[in-house]
Amino acid sequence: MRLSGGLIDRSRTLRFIFDGKSYAGHPGDTLASALLANDVLLMGRSFKYHRPRGLIAAGSEEPNALVELRSGARREPNTRATMAELFDALEAQSQNRWPSLRFDAMAVNELFANFLTAGFYYKTFMWPRAFWEKLYEPAIRRAAGLGRLSMEADPDAYDKGFLHCDLLVVGAGAAGLAAALTAARGGAQVILADEDYHLGGRLLAESHSLDDRPATEWIAAVVAEFACLPNLRILPRTTVFGAFDHGVYGAVERVSDYRANPGICPRQTLWRITAKRTMLAAGATERHIPFMDNDRPGIMLGGALRAYANRWAVSPAKRVAIFTNNDDGHRTALDLLARGVEIAAVVDSRAGVEAKGQYRVISDAIVSGSKGRLGLRSIEVTRGGSTEWIACGALGVSGGWNPNVHLASHHRGRPVWNDSQQTFVPPAELPAGMIVAGAAAGRGTTHAALVSGAEAAVRVLNEIGIAATLPELPAAEDAPANLSPLWHVPGKHRAWIDFQNDVTVKDVKLSHQENMRSVEHLKRWTTLGMATDQGKTANVTALAVMAEMTGKGIAETGTTIFRPPYTPVSISVLGGGNTGTHFRPRRLTPSHQWATSQGAVFVEVGQWMRAQYFVRPGETHWRQSVDREVVATRKGVGICDVTTLGKVDVQGADAAEFLDRLYCNAMKSLKTGMVRYGLMLREDGQAWDDGTCARLGETHYVVTTTTANAGTVYRHMEFARQCLWPELDVQLISTTDAWAQFSVAGPNARKLLERIVDGFDLSNEAFRFMACANLSVCGGLRARVFRISFSGELAYEIAVPARYGNALMARLVELGQDLGATPYGTEALGVLRIEKGHAAGNELNGQTTAQMLGMGRMVSAKKDSVGAVMSRREGLLANTRVLVGLQPVDASEPVVAGSHLFAEGATQETATDQGWITSACFSPHVGSSIGLGFLADGAARQGEVIVAANPIQDQNVRLRVVSAHFVDPEGERLRA
Amino acid sequence: MLIPHPLLGLRDAQEFSYLGDASLLDRPDGLAEKAGDAFFSYVYLRENPAGVHRELWFHEQGDRSWLVVTRNTVTHEILGAELARDVALRSRSPRERGDPA
Repeated sequence: MRLSGGLIDRSRTLRFIFDGKSYAGHPGDTLASALLANDVLLMGRSFKYHRPRGLIAAGSEEPNALVELRSGARREPNTRATMAELFDALEAQSQNRWPSLRFDAMAVNELFANFLTAGFYYKTFMWPRAFWEKLYEPAIRRAAGLGRLSMEADPDAYDKGFLHCDLLVVGAGAAGLAAALTAARGGAQVILADEDYHLGGRLLAESHSLDDRPATEWIAAVVAEFACLPNLRILPRTTVFGAFDHGVYGAVERVSDYRANPGICPRQTLWRITAKRTMLAAGATERHIPFMDNDRPGIMLGGALRAYANRWAVSPAKRVAIFTNNDDGHRTALDLLARGVEIAAVVDSRAGVEAKGQYRVISDAIVSGSKGRLGLRSIEVTRGGSTEWIACGALGVSGGWNPNVHLASHHRGRPVWNDSQQTFVPPAELPAGMIVAGAAAGRGTTHAALVSGAEAAVRVLNEIGIAATLPELPAAEDAPANLSPLWHVPGKHRAWIDFQNDVTVKDVKLSHQENMRSVEHLKRWTTLGMATDQGKTANVTALAVMAEMTGKGIAETGTTIFRPPYTPVSISVLGGGNTGTHFRPRRLTPSHQWATSQGAVFVEVGQWMRAQYFVRPGETHWRQSVDREVVATRKGVGICDVTTLGKVDVQGADAAEFLDRLYCNAMKSLKTGMVRYGLMLREDGQAWDDGTCARLGETHYVVTTTTANAGTVYRHMEFARQCLWPELDVQLISTTDAWAQFSVAGPNARKLLERIVDGFDLSNEAFRFMACANLSVCGGLRARVFRISFSGELAYEIAVPARYGNALMARLVELGQDLGATPYGTEALGVLRIEKGHAAGNELNGQTTAQMLGMGRMVSAKKDSVGAVMSRREGLLANTRVLVGLQPVDASEPVVAGSHLFAEGATQETATDQGWITSACFSPHVGSSIGLGFLADGAARQGEVIVAANPIQDQNVRLRVVSAHFVDPEGERLRA
Repeated sequence: MLIPHPLLGLRDAQEFSYLGDASLLDRPDGLAEKAGDAFFSYVYLRENPAGVHRELWFHEQGDRSWLVVTRNTVTHEILGAELARDVALRSRSPRERGDPA
């Protein structure tokens, strides 16, 4: 029901829908407060037993009131109603119930409650093992579900950003506001973050005055001053969820969660905040006192009742009772009375307590039971030996406050038990640069929070050389809680500790009986604190119950480890917008635009989009395009954009020596104006990457890498230069993106290039196979030409500055019309190299050696190079598998990469395995499928027929072992 | 995590790629006697201390410096960072470094 006052805007009404029914609320409401205003107390069903549940809390610690918020693709399960800011046309649905919230068929689990106790899953579903995945888990998941995912793509945008500051203040309650004010006035760069949409924290929930005026007036004055301080950044609706290394904090700002549709704004932003100092002023969370049947809708934390009444002007019932072990319960009674709520009784476990106002106190008493199926109707109060039933629609329970130490413990510092306060306070070993103030530090009176926040700010800023002075702070209440510990009320039936995971006092006791003596074991055996709320309202109480069992005391029992995130963080915001095509950078080749205009189909190669093949009119299957491109290249001339190969410019007096140590084959003897194939090994002796090394000048080389390894080879080259041989005079720079490079291959390649070079003699005599040169083309454009061949044809690679790449591609194809100039893509490139027997990524997969590639003798023994020593290990040398060509005996049969090779007639098992096929394609040149593969004793088995086994497709194909060079084995074409 | 780059100041660890134990700086001579044994240790054997560890980081999204970072693997405290080049050169004899006699 709605009370008077509160921080809501009654001039506007917001309509919203819960479980299909329309209700009204006001700006300033949360979904939770608006539902209470409409007398909706039943908001969910519990996880395991499907018990009817309502709100317990008013903040982010809420374990029960989880809803599916919004609809369609925006539907978000497990949203806490207490954190959902009300907006017009908000839609929410309760979850984990069927067919309806009021009647949930799954509540039948209640009948089996005696079986569904701690460790139930572990004990029951152990065997048979195979049943787990197929039967038990799906069934359990259906029964014990939380919300449902929309199963649609998230339509909203997310962002991420970096912030830096002198002081990050986590929490904008009394302590946080005082700290931010102190620091910002002192000139520090300050970030003030709070998960709430209003600044003020607990001050908003209390009726306290500051300097004899409402606290909201002081808050308004502070906020007004904040607006004039450019060195302060306020992040409302922002949860600092984790303390990471070196003063880095993760925070999620719910930028537009409070609107139905984010429009052009991101839905949420992930902030990575680097702070020189951080003040944790996250307040405290009230704890429950478990008693029999303490989970009925209407039974809430006392502080939450007070917050709903003072801030949101709502009460779950007209007549409310209080159960407390400290003075806080009386404060709740007074506040509710002041707002016209009837107080049925204040049940105080302490002896000799008197009322502080016009209400009935039952001291030295406990609440020992409750009634009400879908909502509280009455409580049982026990005093001495006698019991009394008291009618009430709600009960506020005050068991004391637990400081929110989470972030203070994210670096494994264990909270310390404070016996006088009966709470855990932050550890002595805090994350570097952190200080804790206010209720989070156990200084929870308003006066103590204000003073500790301001003082702590002065202290930490002084550490980083910023002089701040204490501001004048308003006079505030400073009353002690006078708490007398009461952790739970013994009873015959279940008393809930962890509401979200349905863990009871009995479960904790059972866990102890079953010898779970460590708190970590207790947690895992009972699933205590493992739900989406991470046990914020439950953990300390459970520890106390456990301590009671062991007789060890709470301090010795200790806590489990705190880990980020403080509250759930969506995967979407962690992605920060890096989804779909934004998942990683997309690189386009220089001729991309031209290729698009020529009907190219593109393929992702790492970050690159490369033309896979070019579809001509009339071609309906990719093989038609690829075969045509291959044939056109071997008959006329083909042109392919090979810019994606890594290029590294190597210069310096010791460049030759440097490259000699990097490649396993000799590079020092390479003459200026020549290119050499180079093979790099890993230091463990396995083949790693290959490419070409061109010597453009006495001290100037350009080396190429494979597309896939461009980054890692460059990294390795810098490692070698800086870490292994810093004494060498050599400099490196990656020029992959600086030069567009095209392969021009085929018998007409020379004729075509002669049409663009500026007076450069390309004749076979003047520019031999494996020559390279700087030159100019197209009337003055600087270029490089390399006479190298991946296809086995007469071929060149021509490089021009990247911005001319698109134009050069168009020019070459246009000028070569009469020569049959044909662009080709990566598929034809692959076919051409397989036909020629050149190794590529499939052969250089990190599991092969130079010897297997038929290049064992290339590894020079006369010099030291990376991987050379380890490549001579006996085990590697004993491997007789070498690269061979494979061709089907029956030309109509396929060759499938990945097939394993066996001798004809041999049983097919690991012991008789003789190798595998690495690459395969249809070869227009051969007229059948062909393949490359590694075969045991392959060098000596030319002509032999073997079998390729492909058990996945149930294939056995007879293959003939042939030379890997299907095309021009003597190399006459490339030297022509 | 922030890494104090000796030339660029504090840089976010995301800008770096990690290689591991800085003992990789001490590559054995491949032409020496028993080079096989030395390389076996070099390639495969690493200390994996819970505590202070010297390790190689590459400022790949930055100035491409290799750094030797001294880090406590238990607390992630970073005790120092140097250019790997400087560390490597220090271990060389004056002649190897090419210093004038």
